[in-house]
Amino acid sequence: MSNPIRDEIQNAIDSHDVILFMKGVPERPMCGFSARTVAALDSLGASYAAVDILPDPRIRQELSAISQWPTIPQLFVKGELVGGCDIVTEMYESGELASTLGVSAPADAPDEAPAAAEPGAPPLQVHNNLAN
Amino acid sequence: MPSTDDLKQRIEEAIPGAQADVTDLTGTGDHFRATVVAPEFAELSRIEQHRRVYAVFGADIGGPIHALSLVTKADQTP
Repeated sequence: MSNPIRDEIQNAIDSHDVILFMKGVPERPMCGFSARTVAALDSLGASYAAVDILPDPRIRQELSAISQWPTIPQLFVKGELVGGCDIVTEMYESGELASTLGVSAPADAPDEAPAAAEPGAPPLQVHNNLAN
Repeated sequence: MPSTDDLKQRIEEAIPGAQADVTDLTGTGDHFRATVVAPEFAELSRIEQHRRVYAVFGADIGGPIHALSLVTKADQTP
């Protein structure tokens, strides 16, 4: 049975080394958990694709069916689910996130994950054509 | 509306030997944080540990439970 939304999501995961499914967009997260995850990625200077799941409830439904993960945000690296906000935050604090993303952790990285988004290079945006 | 005790009980009943510590993050009965320690987590990756706990609640996650923030650990003392 054809499932265009699921195919589109899978294609987005496959075609971006680092992709974040979130509520809102990196410049304007619509949920504290998404905001924290964006802040961790941005403070490492990571470049990532982002998909807003809010425009259509089917995006979240199909994403969770693919990932077997019920909550948002979800970070994928090289096609594999890395985790949601808790795991990404834990990995940020341990330095594991920087090595997973292949970026060097800033020498002055705070011990705790940053609470809010910091200005930085604008992340790559995936054109969201899932919401038709 | 689920309570912290409901969540604690459901986790501890579903996962053998688990100890759960649940707090209500907002005081509104829908955003929770749980620290779960269980012997079987020793066999599981972090992702799988979290999936195991989420699975206890099924469709309640995203339903009555808007958010469940997790810290999971393998039991250190057998």
